[in-house]
Amino acid sequence: MARLVRSWILLLILQSFLVSIAFGSKEVEEFSEALLLKPLPDRKVLAHFHFENRAPPSNSHGRHHHLFPKAISQLVQKFRVKEMELSFTQGRWNHEHWGGFDPLSSMNAKPVGVELWAVFDVPLSQVDTSWKNLTHALSGLFCASINFLESSTSYAAPTWGFGTNSDKLRYGSLPREAVCTENLTPWLKLLPCRDKDGISALMNRPSVYRGFYHSQRLHLSTVESGQEGLGSGIVLEQTLTVVLQPDTTSVERNTQPSWSLNSLFGRKVVGRCVLAKSSNVYLQLEGLSGHELKNVDSEIEAHKLWKNADFELSLKPDRVLREISSFLFIFDIEKSSDSEPFDLGLTWKRPSKWLCQLAPLHASRFLMGSGNERGAIAILLKETESQEKLNLTNGRCTIKVNIFQIFPWYVKVYYHTLQIFVDQQKKTDSEVLKKINVSPSTDKVSSGMMEMMLELPCEVKSAAISIEYDKGFLHIDEYPPDANQGFDIPSALISFPDHHASLDFKEELGNSPLLSKFKEKSSVRSYTEVLLVPLTTPDFSMPYNVITITCTIFALYFGSLLNVIRRRIGEEERFLKSQGKKKGGLKQLLSRFIAKIRGRPIEESSSSSELQSSVLSSKLIFKIILVAGAAAAWQYFSTDK
Amino acid sequence: MAADNRYEEEEEVRTDDGSPITKPRPIVRLGIFLVAHSPVFSVVFSAAGVLALLLLPLLAKNTYISENALMPGSARSMLSNRDASDGSKLVKDIKNFRLNHEGQGVEVQRLIGKYMSEMVAEVYYQKFQPEGNQFHPLHFFSGPASYTLLGNVSCASYGVNVVGIIRAPRGDGKESIVLVTPYDFINGGDYEDLSLGIVSSLFSLLSRVTWLSKDIIWLVADSRYGDYRPVAAWLAEYHTPSFKVSDLLKCDELNTADNFRRAGTVAAALILKVDGRSERFEDILSIYADASNGQMPNLDLINVVNYLAVHRQGFHVKVEKVVSLLSSSWLKIVGEIFEAVGKVANTLNPDWKFGIPAAEYIEGSATLASSLYSQALGIPTGPHGAFRDYQVDAITLKISPGFPPDSKARQHDFFLRGSQLLEGTIRSVNNLLEKFHQSFFLYVLTSPSKFISVGVYMIAFALLVASLPMVAASLYVDGCKALTKSTHNSAENFKSWKWLDAAKQVFALHLLGFIVTLLPYFICQVPGQHSPRNRSIMWGTTSSLLLVTFVTIPGCSPFSSRLHGTNWAILKSVTISAAFIGLCLMSIINFATAEIGALLLVPTCLLAQPIKPALRSRRVKSLLGAFCSMVLVTIGFPVIFFAITKGLVGEGLVGLSLGGEFWTWLESLWAWKSATYLYIGMVHLPCWLLCVCILFHPS
Repeated sequence: MARLVRSWILLLILQSFLVSIAFGSKEVEEFSEALLLKPLPDRKVLAHFHFENRAPPSNSHGRHHHLFPKAISQLVQKFRVKEMELSFTQGRWNHEHWGGFDPLSSMNAKPVGVELWAVFDVPLSQVDTSWKNLTHALSGLFCASINFLESSTSYAAPTWGFGTNSDKLRYGSLPREAVCTENLTPWLKLLPCRDKDGISALMNRPSVYRGFYHSQRLHLSTVESGQEGLGSGIVLEQTLTVVLQPDTTSVERNTQPSWSLNSLFGRKVVGRCVLAKSSNVYLQLEGLSGHELKNVDSEIEAHKLWKNADFELSLKPDRVLREISSFLFIFDIEKSSDSEPFDLGLTWKRPSKWLCQLAPLHASRFLMGSGNERGAIAILLKETESQEKLNLTNGRCTIKVNIFQIFPWYVKVYYHTLQIFVDQQKKTDSEVLKKINVSPSTDKVSSGMMEMMLELPCEVKSAAISIEYDKGFLHIDEYPPDANQGFDIPSALISFPDHHASLDFKEELGNSPLLSKFKEKSSVRSYTEVLLVPLTTPDFSMPYNVITITCTIFALYFGSLLNVIRRRIGEEERFLKSQGKKKGGLKQLLSRFIAKIRGRPIEESSSSSELQSSVLSSKLIFKIILVAGAAAAWQYFSTDK
Repeated sequence: MAADNRYEEEEEVRTDDGSPITKPRPIVRLGIFLVAHSPVFSVVFSAAGVLALLLLPLLAKNTYISENALMPGSARSMLSNRDASDGSKLVKDIKNFRLNHEGQGVEVQRLIGKYMSEMVAEVYYQKFQPEGNQFHPLHFFSGPASYTLLGNVSCASYGVNVVGIIRAPRGDGKESIVLVTPYDFINGGDYEDLSLGIVSSLFSLLSRVTWLSKDIIWLVADSRYGDYRPVAAWLAEYHTPSFKVSDLLKCDELNTADNFRRAGTVAAALILKVDGRSERFEDILSIYADASNGQMPNLDLINVVNYLAVHRQGFHVKVEKVVSLLSSSWLKIVGEIFEAVGKVANTLNPDWKFGIPAAEYIEGSATLASSLYSQALGIPTGPHGAFRDYQVDAITLKISPGFPPDSKARQHDFFLRGSQLLEGTIRSVNNLLEKFHQSFFLYVLTSPSKFISVGVYMIAFALLVASLPMVAASLYVDGCKALTKSTHNSAENFKSWKWLDAAKQVFALHLLGFIVTLLPYFICQVPGQHSPRNRSIMWGTTSSLLLVTFVTIPGCSPFSSRLHGTNWAILKSVTISAAFIGLCLMSIINFATAEIGALLLVPTCLLAQPIKPALRSRRVKSLLGAFCSMVLVTIGFPVIFFAITKGLVGEGLVGLSLGGEFWTWLESLWAWKSATYLYIGMVHLPCWLLCVCILFHPS
């Protein structure tokens, strides 16, 4: 036994040694945490949590991880995911007030509900299978109904409109997914410190979900090592973007509300996550007045920067970075402890107003038409007061706009009805449309997709794109439980491939993943609204009525049809004639009817039959009275208490 | 109908053979029995139909909230005095502004817009053109998509709507709720200001709350050109923008270009109006719900408002009623009879509770009559009608405050209660995950809290029209007999074609009706200004000329001499069939029209008989019959009926102005795309003409 234990220990030591050699030769797993705070012009505050986890390339199978979540690495290995992004969002990003041009908004303004896209590193024929398996795995991992993206009617394979040019890309979104704390908890589990320590300890659920917008995002990409025999490394980026409304006690409406971390989240940072390589808090202030931009060289001036007539920070920033239109204050939370928690606060002294950088065009999408039959989807692009617009191509200033949208199959889009209006003038396709790629939907099999690239003149005031559709009929079992709500058309993605959102810092950056992310050039993107299409819905609450009416109609129809087919009237007549020679009563009865119809007095000959019929009818009346009396009596006695 | 014919044929076969047969199947026998005794049964059924109609107020059920998600009144109102004083402030500011600036431009709109944007709403202005109502014969039943911009835009007259949108903080922006306050910016009265006060109090609250899941749109509609038009223009722009250049944009300094904003699918709309002081001390809330062609919003919406208004805010809620019926003595007698019957039934079995007090019955009948009338007319009773065109449930709430407009103390309380009522309603609609679908869409109201559903009220109609196929069948048999007797030609005796001549005539007259229906469009195209009276005279003469032309075409005319043998019975049979089909079709489109039409058309059709033989016979019974049919035919003429209804409502008409009034009335019908107009032209008028033909049939 002891020998066995000893050999075990030996084995373990050996293994850890080997592993450390394997990592020691290259890099080690790295984790970093960061929080970016940014006051917004409409008296709200944006908090952006950013966690990055890097697993370096290694060649060992079933390898051991120190920091990197095992679930994710298994996912990557199993489904051979090259790049993937999953986001859970609630609320709408306000492009006008919260910005649309900076990297923060173009990366973190996500469509409502769940959005998932993934690029696979498998042969083309296996991409769909991998996607389906991936959705199920993620569904289990994140407690969400991502598995509904498995159905081929709910995802699409964008070619170039999504931004990533790959034929192994799959994209799907679930606009109706309700996002709540059950999705956040598994997401937090992927962090080495969870929400116990470090910056993530700020994530007080009530505060996070009280916000106007929150979007949790998980982006992972594999990094090829480039070496033979070495696997690929994984970079896992987890972000949570929250827009919060600070509690305002001041009556004054013009001044921005003052806040502190404690007042925003109800918690304070009491220390860094010890496993993190770097843990920083950034505060970004936009649109500070011009005179301050000039003289920030000396130390005193820098001091002035965070404590001046306009505002005051409660803590001294460790560094100040300058960008074209904003300042970035950097705080290291390493010094904070239980006795001295890190509680950054911002106090506004004077009313100040500024504008966010807006995307070149503001996009909105809406439905046209009414009724249960036809309609149209329109996308309206409007000019904004954006600074950066100029892109000269062939001596002409143009804005390139990519539009990518998915249509569920029950929205049968007629692509030939595409109409483009620029500045309220109808344009032919060739004038503004650079590129278009359409894959029509197949009923109950696949969803439709449209990618188009517009080239609009820079001085454009507004552009509208409309496309007509028919509403399809669903089979009874295809309706969701709340069918009467209507059906969602996922958000369209509007991107500006020639406009790059990046923060251009003058100073040298430290080793901060968040800032290097911001410095990367990424195209400006924005998502439009989700649309709600009311479809014809059967009245599910009335199955009984439907069954009875259908059965009655069927009985009547088949009864008469069978009669027509089966009975031979002529034969029956002859048979009856031969049989009923003796009886003459009915003939007389009939003749009496006809006499009555003609309105003539009944002939004498029929008197006997009349007598008979009157006797019959009196009998009948007697019977009816008897039955009615019995019924009345029964009713009377049964209900009488 | 077809089944009846089949029984008829079976009967034919047997009698032709003259053979004794064994008993046919019971259903066949029943059919034969009904057809054979059709005079009796038609009287019984028609009487039962009228009786069932009179019984409807007794059969009305109490309303209930059908959709559980609505939960009206379950949340405590969050509206504070501060919000109400916000509303008072706006009203005061507008009043002051008006005193200083005499009705100039769009300044009041700007003021309201400023208030809205202070409440963190997105504000925009929309210009619209007061559009003249034009008759387009093919626009019936077409959607509102056929909205076209007029070519000549004049800057002299246009309206400006102010719209504010509050975005739901965590909502997904898929749905919205619309609040409308029609407001005359130029000469709005003191009471109109109060509606702005109520909604701005509410808006001030909604900009703070966190429970919103649907966006809220507040539309201040410029009611200078009527209440309906600005709302319809806004809805048209919301749902079917043209993306084309509108000259209207250049009209004013107010730049409205390209800032129209939307907020998803409209879930429900509430139109709030405050007007006139109520006669009573308490505030009266009137609910208007009828949209075009008798379409009603979901009953749940009315229920929620009614529940909150009565049980939470203490408003006196009412719906429209025909006032003249309240004092009618015959209705009182009917009510007392029903009350007595109810009492007797109650003594027999205490569980039979169908008797209601006579006073309540009269109230119910007056409301029912008003409901039926407004549904039958097919003209919306307010701006909510515009929403119905886009399948949005909407109602108009008209509040008549019980205090003079300058009473500050009560005004504050009024704002508080009014906006709490709206808050509760919005909160209920906001709770809805699905659109309104649980409760009834087909109903008539007999009081704000009582309704008659489609299953009950269609009994009256079904009984009324049930006699028609019976009588048609029996007349057909009759006519065939007569034809067989008169002609012994075997080729002409081929029985299934006997109705063909009559059908030709009926078809010809229906064609005439169709042409007459379309005529007003061409009369409107006649250049020059014409008074309504002249136009109606033009219409009348052209129609009569057409009628004469039709009558002279051989083969089509009911009086054509070639077929001297044409039996009036067969003609009447086909007429009745046509009337039956027309009524049944109309009952699908607009039930109330069909019901009132049946009340008029069924006795006329049933009693129509040639008067010649009646006069010849000089018997009292037949003379009486002839007289009755004459009277009914006279009443049945649309113009006469219109005059009688006007007289009943209490508006006297002088003979000459009748034509003009009638024309104006019809013009309003087609302007609102009312199917009643089509019914009058294509069902009622031809059937009436055919009845006249039968009346003067040379037999």
